[in-house]
Amino acid sequence: MSEFPARPLPALTEDTAPFWTAGERGELLIQQCDHCRYYIHPPTGFCPQCESRETHFQPVSGRGFVETFTVNHKQWMPGLPERYVLALVRIAEQDDVRLATNIVGCDPDAVTFDMPVRVRFEQAEDLWIPLFAPEEVFAPENAA
Amino acid sequence: MSSYPEKQTAITGIGQSQISRGADKSALGLTIDAAMQAIENAGLKRSDIDGMACWPGGGGEANGFAPVSIPALQDALRLKLNWYSNASETSGQFGALFNAIGAIAAGLARHVIVFRTMYEATARKTSFANALNKPGERVYGIFNWYAPYHVYAASLQQALFFNQYVHRSGIRPEQIAQIAINGRRNAALNPAAVYRTPITVDDYLAAPIIATPLRLFDCDVPIDGATAIILSHRDAARDGPNPLTWIEAVGSSMRYRNNWVQLDALSTQAQPEVARMMWNRTDLTVKDIDVAELYDGFSFHTLNWLENLGVCGLYEAKDFIADGKAIALDGEFPINTNGGALSAGRMHAYGQVHEACVQLWGQGGARQVKGKGGQGPKVAALTTAGGPLAGCFLLARD
Ligand SMILES: [Zn+2]
Repeated sequence: MSEFPARPLPALTEDTAPFWTAGERGELLIQQCDHCRYYIHPPTGFCPQCESRETHFQPVSGRGFVETFTVNHKQWMPGLPERYVLALVRIAEQDDVRLATNIVGCDPDAVTFDMPVRVRFEQAEDLWIPLFAPEEVFAPENAA
Repeated sequence: MSSYPEKQTAITGIGQSQISRGADKSALGLTIDAAMQAIENAGLKRSDIDGMACWPGGGGEANGFAPVSIPALQDALRLKLNWYSNASETSGQFGALFNAIGAIAAGLARHVIVFRTMYEATARKTSFANALNKPGERVYGIFNWYAPYHVYAASLQQALFFNQYVHRSGIRPEQIAQIAINGRRNAALNPAAVYRTPITVDDYLAAPIIATPLRLFDCDVPIDGATAIILSHRDAARDGPNPLTWIEAVGSSMRYRNNWVQLDALSTQAQPEVARMMWNRTDLTVKDIDVAELYDGFSFHTLNWLENLGVCGLYEAKDFIADGKAIALDGEFPINTNGGALSAGRMHAYGQVHEACVQLWGQGGARQVKGKGGQGPKVAALTTAGGPLAGCFLLARD
């Protein structure tokens, strides 16, 4: 996606910085309750299941499913490609953790509901942006 | 049921500026027009107004979304207020009205002026067109989880919700089109609407796709304009020139994750719980609704509201609207009688409040609905907002 205009980037907080920077190590980090193992997203340091304040950032599998998506057709600004996919991906570990993302590595028209996807990262300044590609892209015969 | 305070609150006056694709006066000037018209319409004087509310408040950004603040209007009109409040984090744009109900019930004010002003048509000619996520900026606030993903306008997020709705309901584009076609048909009968030329299914299908499945005619029209509503204690409303018209019930809840990514139910948005709250506060039922002004910031909000109000079942809107007869002015459930935001302009739910009063007061002219008994409408349903935001209420008259 290098042909895109620079991505606007999120301002970080103490809660969100681990999520946006762990891609440098190839890790997708989601906050998890130390006690009941519930995944807390967005990260808050408070478990809504058991009220624990003891949490850590857990590397997850990076696998997920397309909960919903849209193929953008409008050129909002110069340099923006004609078509790209915005999606919400639910992570394989817990249905109610959704990540906004772009689906990359395939024709935009090939994206479907519940399609298995896996994370890859793109560096932007000091952040590592999680993107997702179809799981089949990662199969050994398709690996770059 | 009679103890709920909204039933002691009446809409006593309405006002609206010229609505256009480019105003010949400032946003404050438009707001003064709407406010003075509303005060006069209620049979009041400036000195009678003792409260003020608006949505969202005066942000002052160049994008025209929130161009006028409460202090600016208060000072322009030299009002003497006992209570005032903006309402940016509320149950959609109706939160300003709901706050005013509370203020009136608490005795803090007797006649509250509530306004919404938009200056997006002019803003788009002079500055960055879209409200969200500007390139090169670090993004704070509610949309920052979307920041890096080239999300430059609300329509992209809405398209995410809409696509799941289409996937699950099986609605077809020519059925969705009926919302825009109905709006334009009604706008043709509304001299104040911005787009009045009727459109067909073919026009709808030929228009550009914005983001699948959203097409151009599914998106409302940015305008310059202002609407003002006078909310009064019911006791103070009886002497006014307009028929006594009270707020019968409100839905204002937040019982779901209020988050543009984690929202519990994407395909119904936040509406079901909000509608349930409203029905729990009244003896009226969906069968009592004579006319409905359902939010159409995007056409699928209207489809959602038809289902979540209980007009039809979940994912059955496609069959209910069918060829559009049921939602037309002479249909069983007339909606968006002034053209809605899709054709009358993006007055952001306050155009709907204005129009509901026009209909209840029998001032709709060529677009006047007859009501269930043929004696004019007595009950109007109003709904607003999308995504994690939703609000709704019923208006009723004697
Ligand atoms: Zn826990």
